[in-house]
Amino acid sequence: MKANYGYKDGSGDYFITIDTDKCNGCKSCVEVCPYGVLAVGEDENDPLSDKEVAFVTDKERKKIKYTCAPCKPNKDAIPPCIKACEMKAITHSW
Amino acid sequence: MAKQPEYWRWTESRWTNPDIDWKGKIITSGVDVGSVSSQAVILADGELYAYANMRTGSDSPDSANKAMKWAMENTGLTLKDLSYTVGTGYGRVNVPFSQRAITEIACHARGGNYMYGPTVRTILDMGGQDCKAIHCDERGKVTNFLMNDKCAAGTGRGMEVFADLLGVSINDVGDLSFDIDKEPQPVSSTCVVYAKTEATGLLREGWPKNKVLAAYCSAMAHRIMTLLERIGVEEDFAITGGISKNKGVVKRLEKEVGIKIMETSKYDPQIAGALGASLFAKALYDKGKK
Repeated sequence: MKANYGYKDGSGDYFITIDTDKCNGCKSCVEVCPYGVLAVGEDENDPLSDKEVAFVTDKERKKIKYTCAPCKPNKDAIPPCIKACEMKAITHSW
Repeated sequence: MAKQPEYWRWTESRWTNPDIDWKGKIITSGVDVGSVSSQAVILADGELYAYANMRTGSDSPDSANKAMKWAMENTGLTLKDLSYTVGTGYGRVNVPFSQRAITEIACHARGGNYMYGPTVRTILDMGGQDCKAIHCDERGKVTNFLMNDKCAAGTGRGMEVFADLLGVSINDVGDLSFDIDKEPQPVSSTCVVYAKTEATGLLREGWPKNKVLAAYCSAMAHRIMTLLERIGVEEDFAITGGISKNKGVVKRLEKEVGIKIMETSKYDPQIAGALGASLFAKALYDKGKK
């Protein structure tokens, strides 16, 4: 499943996409994120599965444009969560 | 002072399947406490038995109770007969008689799959306060989703505000928005508050009500289209939620997407979330018994 967390507002699209088929729940993204944007737990959108996957925390979903900004000083910068993910399961839309 | 008519008030609904006798069957249910509407769906042995769809009040547990009570009306069922209940929607953690809460994304995919059949691949839920675009497989399992709940643009609440502003019953908005000479430009603001300001200006310029409605429906369709572009639209394409009853938005969206939108099923399209929850309740009940 491609889980898109985030929002669209007047200034653009801000989504963190987690490919739960690739994610192995290793938590390395959780460890490197300085702001607690990511967490690992049961897949709330696939209630019959027991697999643990990464997701964007509820309290950050509506403000990732701001919370993630320090990790993205310019458009070429690769944020630590993407760097840390061996499975290449995380992408940012902006 | 005379009481102001409530133009925003949409028709609540309730249904019981006359062909089913629930006695001796496993009863599972789903309750969707949304921001604007609440639904309760009851299944007997996994078959749709009864549902109710009504407005959410200021108290989530109370809204869940009321919706379930209405669904159970004249059926002889009581809360004690429910073997498993799943809550979903904004108020999902506040359903007092539920055993589990599941996100509305998962529930809408599952419910949409039941209502529209296994060929449905894209489900757009236009709810009271958010908009969700979901891709699912033939079993109703989510494969891709996107939800916009930060902004009321393109949602049912926005449409209620417009119905009130123009003094048109919300049930008539769709038909009236086509009763125009020429399709106007959409209102330029996507924000509900700014769009309302813009509409007031258009009315002052002498635009007839229907033209303003057309401009707003069209803006809403466009706004939803930009969301859909992110995940793409695969056939078959179905819409659930309150806005799916508004032809003014649905027809215009169909034109923008270029894909035929599936005809609404015989059930109220607003129950998709609660229906999905009740199907999960059945699956979880069976899983627990094994």
